[in-house]
Amino acid sequence: MCAWREKLRHARAALAAFSRPAVAALVALMAMAPVHADDWLKDDIGKPLTAAEIAIIDRDARPDGAGLPPGSGTVAAGEEAYLEHCAACHGEFGEGLGWVPALLGGEGTLATETPRKSIGSFWPHAPGVFDHVWRAMPEGHAFSLAPKQVYALTAFLLHINGLVADDFVASAQSLPRVRMPNRDGFVMPPHPRAQGMRCMTKCRNKPPRIAAQAPRKTPGVMAGEREEP
Amino acid sequence: MKWRGQHDDKHAAANGLSRRWLLRLGLPGMAAAMTSLLGRAGRAAPDASGGFPSISAAGGAFRPGRPAGVPYGAPSPHESGVVRRWLKWMLPSRLSNASFTPLAALEGIITPNGLHFERHHAGVPDIDPATFRLRVHGLVDRPLAFSLEDLKRLPRISRTHFLECAGNGAVSWRRPQVNAVQFTHGLLSCCEWTGVRLQDVLALCGVREGAAWLLAEGADGVAYARSVPREMWDEALLVFAQNGEALRPEQGYPLRLLIPGTEGALNVKWLHRLELGDAPWLTREETARYADLQDDGRARLFTLVQEVNSVITTPSPENGLRRHGQQQISGIAWSGHGRIRAVDVSLDGGVNWRPARLEEPVLPRCLTRFRLPFAWRGEELLLQSRAVDEAGNVQPTYEENLKVKSARQVYHNNSITTWRVMPTGEVRHVRLA
Ligand code: HEC
Repeated sequence: MCAWREKLRHARAALAAFSRPAVAALVALMAMAPVHADDWLKDDIGKPLTAAEIAIIDRDARPDGAGLPPGSGTVAAGEEAYLEHCAACHGEFGEGLGWVPALLGGEGTLATETPRKSIGSFWPHAPGVFDHVWRAMPEGHAFSLAPKQVYALTAFLLHINGLVADDFVASAQSLPRVRMPNRDGFVMPPHPRAQGMRCMTKCRNKPPRIAAQAPRKTPGVMAGEREEP
Repeated sequence: MKWRGQHDDKHAAANGLSRRWLLRLGLPGMAAAMTSLLGRAGRAAPDASGGFPSISAAGGAFRPGRPAGVPYGAPSPHESGVVRRWLKWMLPSRLSNASFTPLAALEGIITPNGLHFERHHAGVPDIDPATFRLRVHGLVDRPLAFSLEDLKRLPRISRTHFLECAGNGAVSWRRPQVNAVQFTHGLLSCCEWTGVRLQDVLALCGVREGAAWLLAEGADGVAYARSVPREMWDEALLVFAQNGEALRPEQGYPLRLLIPGTEGALNVKWLHRLELGDAPWLTREETARYADLQDDGRARLFTLVQEVNSVITTPSPENGLRRHGQQQISGIAWSGHGRIRAVDVSLDGGVNWRPARLEEPVLPRCLTRFRLPFAWRGEELLLQSRAVDEAGNVQPTYEENLKVKSARQVYHNNSITTWRVMPTGEVRHVRLA
């Protein structure tokens, strides 16, 4: 809009020597100029979503429980579902197998040299357990479980982490009220930023010493399915 | 040594004869056709120089190549080692893993599409662009579904930006473990991206008062989801092309979010849903995973901007020095806070530094190539590079980084890297004290 006005002003100035009718004609022409280059027909793009369509795609749960679907599940039902759908990868007791993460343990390790992050030791809110199992597990078959199974699995996972009793029933009402041990362990921005110094000469007090060196050959290098020699 | 197209003398003589014969018969067209047929079969004309391809090429020996018409070109077979690689032990499963860009073999600043690093949390989905929809709902006046065709009717823009995984350099926080720039820094690539502005799409939906975050969700097997703060919406693009062609499946075909300079995982791939809300979702990916744990046991949320960083790609563990004399240092620098303003290089482990030459173009939130010639007489070198960005950030050493970060945080390691050049010319990744 502004650019257009600017152009008009320049045109007027340049044409000041011409007759008034000529300027008037030009101004009229420019006023009729096609739509501004940045304009588009706003109602023309996109198709309205119905409430029913939104209900199908809106699958997430926030810390306050917003978005949790109707339904509920018990610890006992969760144990059964766990053994059927999860234990093969995460271990019979949720202890983790190989590189598949453990689903419990690690309390008191966050401030140590070897922190172990799990639902019990690290996760800030219980609806997040529902959200994650719902959207992502079992690996490779996400969204194959009904909400009541996911509630049951959430109840079971919270129970094996010692966060709820064995008669706990997970639901949209009960999950936001579970007190997660590390709920205050997360800090929002702004965060401090590390800075170097742009020194150009004699920048070290002591001469550099090699403290550690990587092995010559990096182990486990894969190109596609093939391990490199 | 045999090279492609070389063959024994008996065949050569026969080919030469038949061509002459055809020509004598006045059938040059047929001769040409035969030549191309022979070429396709890899049976080129004899080599007059007796086996020296370079001399024969200079002497103009007639050796037809492969005819034109390959539907989608591929690199020379001699470049077969320039590939993405992954580390078996790095991540929990084949579905949730990462492959690294071979930075040491690349020139300039653009990453070829087939070499762009990949990180995915549930494999690469196959999405039909005809039925694909981006759905926008939540705190908006008009929840809308957009086809790809719809989106392409909005004003398009192209921008060249790096994309870097938050975990780039993670393996080196505690000590040097990997001996290749492909693995120390290869979760990094740079493309020209084309798409539309997020804000143009949101404007069509009418953002409601109170909307401060949006959840961006991908259509992969974990419906990968991240919360994006409103401050970042202005710069965000919804992109459908990289380096001139449609996004690669690994990069989110047919649509991904691109927020220049931010950690890769925020740039949700296979983007199919945006929900606007008044608070962050705090998904598992932004709490249990991409949050930076500190020494006191507390974790920093939303450490989203990739900080100033650089690495020398030649010499490097992959590109050792093969002879004394003139050498060229070459490397890349980048910052999520804007343009690179300077890169300094040290040959003596950080005692003395000299500024490198920055190659044009120097673009904001984009890889910048730096170069510096030097002469090598076989002495041991400790090579380092240190980038400075236009916001005044200076790339820190490990010690400087650990003053405000923790080696346990896994992500966001932008420390100065040291390559030790040994008298043999071999290059090793080391940590200095
Ligand atoms: C095929 C193997 C497999 C199966 C079956 C499976 N998981 Fe997983 N699970 C994984 C892998 C691998 C990860 C880590 C993925 C990543 O980090 O990207 C994971 C991660 C998780 C996490 C997040 C852990 C953390 O601390 O970040 C939870 C919770 C989880 N799974 C629960 C379940 C539940 C409940 C089931 C059963 C319904 C299940 N999993 C079935 C492989 C599996």
